[in-house]
Amino acid sequence: MDRPAAAAAAAAVAAAGCEGGGGPNSGPAGGRRPPRAAGGATAGSRQPSVETLDSPTGSHVEWCKQLIAATISSQISGSVTSENVSRDYKALRDGNKLAQMEEAPLFPGESIKAIVKDVMYICPFMGAVSGTLTVTDFKLYFKNVERDPHFILDVPLGVISRVEKIGAQSHGDNSCGIEIVCKDMRNLRLAYKQEEQSKLGIFENLNKHAFPLSNGQALFAFSYKEKFSINGWKVYDPWILVANKKWMWFMLSTVSKCKVMPFPPSSFSNTLQGLPNESWKISKINNNYEFCDTYPAVIVVPTSVKDDDLSKVAAFRAKGRVPVLSWIHPESQATITRCSQPLVGPNDKRCKEDEKYLQTIMDANAQSHKLIIFDARQNSVADTNKTKGGGYESESVYPNAELVFLEIHNIHVMRESLRKLKEIVYPSIDEARWLSNVDGTHWLEYIRVKRSSTLYAFQLRLLCACAINTYISKWFFSIANKCLLAVCMSFLIKYVTGSYFWSVQAIGLLGICLNCALNGNTPQVPIRLAMESRRMGSARISLGFGRVGHGNDNHADADRSPIFLQFIDCVWQMTRQFPSAFEFNELFLITILDHLYSCLFGTFLCNCEQQRFKEDIYTKTVSLWSYINSQLDEFSNPFFVNYENHVLYPVASLSHLELWVNYYVRWNPRMRPQMPIHQNLKELLAVRAELQKRVEDLQREVATRTVSSSSERGSSPSHSATPVHTSV
Amino acid sequence: MWVCCCYCCFKFLKSLSALSNVCLGGWGGVCATTPREEIHTNEKEVTEKEVTLHLLPGEQVLCEASTVLKYVQEDSSQHGVYGRLVCTDFKIAFLGDDESTLDNDETQFKNKVIGENDITLHCVDQIYGVFDEKKKTLFGQLKKYPEKLIIHCKDLRVFQFCLRYTKEEEVKRIVSGIIHHTQAPKLLKRLFLFSYATAAQNNTVTDPKNHTVMFDSLKDWCWELERTKGNMKYKAVSVNEDYEVCERLPAYFVVPTPLPEENVQRFQGHGIPIWCWSCHNGSALLKMSALPKEQDDGILQIQKSFFDRIYKTIHRPPYEIVKTEDLSSNFLSLQEIQTAYSKFKQLFLIDNSTEFWDTDIKWFSLLESSSWLDIIRRCLKKAIEITECMEAQNMNVLLLEENASDLCCLISSLVQLMMDPHCRTRIGFQSLIQKEWVMGGHCFLDRCNHLRQNDKEEVPVFLLFLDCVWQLVHQHPPAFEFTETYLTVLSDSLYIPIFSTFFFNSPHQKDTNMGREGQETQSKPLNLLTVWDWSVQFEPKAQTLLKNPLYVEKPKLDKGQRKGMRFKHQRQLSLPLTQSKSSPKRGFFREETDHLIKNLLGKRISKLINSSDELQDNFREFYDTWHSKPTDYHGLLLPHIEGPEIKVWAQRYLRWIPEAQILGGGRVATMSKLLEMMEEVQSLQEKIDERHHSQQAPQAEAPCLLRNSARLSSLFPFALLQRHSSKPVLPTSGWKALGDEDDLAKQEDEFVDLGDV
Repeated sequence: MDRPAAAAAAAAVAAAGCEGGGGPNSGPAGGRRPPRAAGGATAGSRQPSVETLDSPTGSHVEWCKQLIAATISSQISGSVTSENVSRDYKALRDGNKLAQMEEAPLFPGESIKAIVKDVMYICPFMGAVSGTLTVTDFKLYFKNVERDPHFILDVPLGVISRVEKIGAQSHGDNSCGIEIVCKDMRNLRLAYKQEEQSKLGIFENLNKHAFPLSNGQALFAFSYKEKFSINGWKVYDPWILVANKKWMWFMLSTVSKCKVMPFPPSSFSNTLQGLPNESWKISKINNNYEFCDTYPAVIVVPTSVKDDDLSKVAAFRAKGRVPVLSWIHPESQATITRCSQPLVGPNDKRCKEDEKYLQTIMDANAQSHKLIIFDARQNSVADTNKTKGGGYESESVYPNAELVFLEIHNIHVMRESLRKLKEIVYPSIDEARWLSNVDGTHWLEYIRVKRSSTLYAFQLRLLCACAINTYISKWFFSIANKCLLAVCMSFLIKYVTGSYFWSVQAIGLLGICLNCALNGNTPQVPIRLAMESRRMGSARISLGFGRVGHGNDNHADADRSPIFLQFIDCVWQMTRQFPSAFEFNELFLITILDHLYSCLFGTFLCNCEQQRFKEDIYTKTVSLWSYINSQLDEFSNPFFVNYENHVLYPVASLSHLELWVNYYVRWNPRMRPQMPIHQNLKELLAVRAELQKRVEDLQREVATRTVSSSSERGSSPSHSATPVHTSV
Repeated sequence: MWVCCCYCCFKFLKSLSALSNVCLGGWGGVCATTPREEIHTNEKEVTEKEVTLHLLPGEQVLCEASTVLKYVQEDSSQHGVYGRLVCTDFKIAFLGDDESTLDNDETQFKNKVIGENDITLHCVDQIYGVFDEKKKTLFGQLKKYPEKLIIHCKDLRVFQFCLRYTKEEEVKRIVSGIIHHTQAPKLLKRLFLFSYATAAQNNTVTDPKNHTVMFDSLKDWCWELERTKGNMKYKAVSVNEDYEVCERLPAYFVVPTPLPEENVQRFQGHGIPIWCWSCHNGSALLKMSALPKEQDDGILQIQKSFFDRIYKTIHRPPYEIVKTEDLSSNFLSLQEIQTAYSKFKQLFLIDNSTEFWDTDIKWFSLLESSSWLDIIRRCLKKAIEITECMEAQNMNVLLLEENASDLCCLISSLVQLMMDPHCRTRIGFQSLIQKEWVMGGHCFLDRCNHLRQNDKEEVPVFLLFLDCVWQLVHQHPPAFEFTETYLTVLSDSLYIPIFSTFFFNSPHQKDTNMGREGQETQSKPLNLLTVWDWSVQFEPKAQTLLKNPLYVEKPKLDKGQRKGMRFKHQRQLSLPLTQSKSSPKRGFFREETDHLIKNLLGKRISKLINSSDELQDNFREFYDTWHSKPTDYHGLLLPHIEGPEIKVWAQRYLRWIPEAQILGGGRVATMSKLLEMMEEVQSLQEKIDERHHSQQAPQAEAPCLLRNSARLSSLFPFALLQRHSSKPVLPTSGWKALGDEDDLAKQEDEFVDLGDV
């Protein structure tokens, strides 16, 4: 029994060696050679460890060993007596019910591309499981019905960041393995027989459908045919709204609730003048996306600014992203605006129009004497940028403006942090060093930084009632990142302030906005949420939410970044701190994140509104909000109470931040809550429903009793008057 | 008005310092006594000067100082409240003029015994003095008196008193008084407990509704035996009725039926298996204090043969196989617990906000280096292991410890908490503590160092237990009748010396000091209060916070219905269409493949597949199986023990830190929502019962404890800091005016709907 072990070790080495050659990459990045050293040498200093993402050499060797261990065990477990039995069994189940049971359920519009039997999934928690693997154009589906309960693995292809092939030679029996690195914090390892592979081309199939764009195909979202009762695209459609002049109403409603209510939609025309503030107007300058291709068609700018001036300002701002209104405080009139960095350059160029523009913004709020500019970058980075033609507003040129750097790290640092996080949570947790590991990732710290900057911004805004210019840096390839950070921040600010946004619909809007906004660097001006979304176009990214890298196998892409994830994490942290202030629940957030990657819905595709129209996203795909709004029950928080007028001040202390276990560590069966995530909430909802029903019953009873007792004799004590706690 | 911006005030005051005694006495505490508290005020003692100080019966003022400035924690020492600092033989009290601003919600949860600015002498942990900006620990005789006094409390409050404006002799008196009375070793008889009991002899009426089983009579033990169906194989004995056999053991306890009673006397109760609890399947949890270590071979022989005899008794049928767990070796040491806690508590004893943010940066590493959470995990794990033996393997477990009074208590109560749903009710939990800790002879006096006689003995074992329980409560809230607030106030009650529960080392010590033996000298034994009488500390209203509104008593009829509900929601997390993705039922270890991997490839590779190999297979399987099934809150209950699941007991540890408070957030928010619903229903029901048919809307009358849920801080109901830090809330004038009209509210809905179209 020693021999196999030795063979295994040898094979492991061989496998490690051959992997580079058999690498799957057809992607343009090319630089995907696993060993760390090589990666570092070729990729240059800017992206120190992109290559090692999830696959440092060490873990790769481990994986080979596991693969071998698994195949050996499968052979031996089927040895002597069971060999024949299992053969027979296999024959038996070919084409019988069992095999059908192992097939994947399909979404409307989904089609199966390959089915492979007897694939072994090497689960980090349970060891090897064998079953049937199905690859469709949407997902990878693995099922074993022999276990009880059935073992199912369901991975939307969109989450796949990378597929790697590993060949391991052992016992003259060729088995192959693939390792699938996912964006949702897990790695999957599958092993199968070589013959199967050559017959079915499972790997090629997988690669083709996981990265449709690299292979000249369309994303699955375009073929998804599910029908929902609610059309999520209509939740927020700026065009329709603008056309009906409801846009303004919409904006009003979000900007200032009190002003909206008196006007039912029908009498909307009245409210045009009721714009929160005469100082702001809707500009149609970007109607055809010619003024700024990454802004949405509708933007809000100060009333007094003429279109000519706007153009000049645009010339001075990177990508032409002039300061536009994001949000306005209904009471204090303080505003948040957003823009890209000014093209100051090494010679300290100035632009009179721009200076005037900022002054106008400040003047728009009668109460403020100061404009605070938050620069999301680190100070040092901003300085470097200056030499490249970018820069920042100098306080001497912009009187009354105060520049604050938020010192947020760039996307590379963030990505690295996320990678570390994945390392510690998947596949297994080192219990003894859990806390210091979490600390080591700095993930929570980054979240905190963001949170506290929000707080800071907010306090300032409240106290000075000043206009805040969310200033967004734009440089080279971290442009979009910064934008997103800013988005993230302003989102948070929104959260902090408006009670309106805590309802599901609002998040639905947000969703809209998200969809538009987030994905799309789309400044859909209208909703303040949407406004957030007005992030500057992240220019150079392929189709898809650039940071996410949909359908692209260039996993080394330096532009990918977990900013949206960070945003959702921030929201989650808020929901933890204010468990009853949000109408949605954790599942809602997880769902958003899942479908951020899944490519099932069109919501998170494309980078900006313009692109989205070009690709016909709105007509050819289904919106995530269609799904979510069709079953709001699933996503609502039973504890929700109205926090109207109450500002949420999240605490940015690390002692109040925790790792989002239900998201990051959810693949670990031991960490899974004993019931599905929302189960607890559900049960509470049921309790509440029961209570409410009871209340109604009692009320009815009271009513009947009043009637009956006045007319007839007093009725006997109610049978339903059992002690309350038994019913709860 | 209560916060003075003191720099201006004080110049003025200084000039008046001659008069200050009188003047500030009046100014200091106009309303320290509220009508509710008068129950306990000893009318005789009240003189004109102390009119503001709330004294318990038998409580005496020892020293005091006026013009003391108490810093408000919120700001870094620029603001404060003036008042009088008083040290009595029960507490250190600060009487400032700041109680007028308490609003209703807050006062309802006030502790009737200990006010917000009261520190019982036993609650003082460390005292620091600040001399020229340098912080030094104060103890013994002082040569120089500090200008600032910082008191760290065992319930993790931090008080800072500025003495700069106090008269010198008063400073001397109060500082040395406080130091002496909190730090000098004390005699048991000098505990405030006795003066209180003597003075309040007639006032103290035990709550008749309090059904906690005290285990101080044979009847109680028989009752417990019957409840757990342990009476077949175990019997309650009264050999120790007068503590002649052993002073550590309670007067009555339970041993295996065939055990001859004279065996108990043999080694003063050592080496005797004592019954703790019986499981429904008949297996029992036993504990035994180890036999004294002897050098002499002869005695060793005797011990051996004695032990063999005992061993034979409990190894024969009808007794199950016994597994011995030696808690003195291979498990935590008391020393470890002590070190861990003293590091851990430093994270929360924070003097100012700069310090807080400094700590915050290193939060996770500091937390880990304290290893307190790891100790909790180890305790829970040990308890699960024992549970597995009893539940799955049907074995008796014998816990062995030197005195069977520290970790024995901890582990055996945890096991019972996990296995016996009765212990998860409030009465059951109190009885459990009574049985395992109080009667089990846990040395509360030494472990809490109440007498300041030996710092080395101070080990927070009971606190560790409460923290473990908190983890369970936190992970499975619906399974417990009590809340985390209950645990927190229970931990605070450890330091209130009017309750006898936590102020004796053993029942023997209590009984001898109660004068039960010397009945000639005292006419009747002292009647001591028990901590389980919560009405002594809290108004009924406040007591609702101790009760979990979500707790369901064991359902009798609708079992099937509940089950049905549970299975309905097993769908995959976030994909549309129903696809179930259920978790694997059993661990991989039992599969034959695993054995093969293990055999063939050695441990290394099998480790790669499942890295947490250090736990036994049995344990793992048991644990995983349990967690993969839906939880029955009235059955076995196991905690999650993975790293991320063991959390900091935020309510207890963070409750006094203003920087850590979440305004309008925290678990209070959900709690208040629940209570609101409950009360709504309850009031309706009452209405029906009384056939009270008025025309008004029923909800309007629901008396609500926590109405403004949005406004409560996460620190509720403890620190009431939000008064000091009223952060700006959005101006609401315009919104309210419009929001009040009904039709407008409807329009809002329409608007929302429009969003969906």
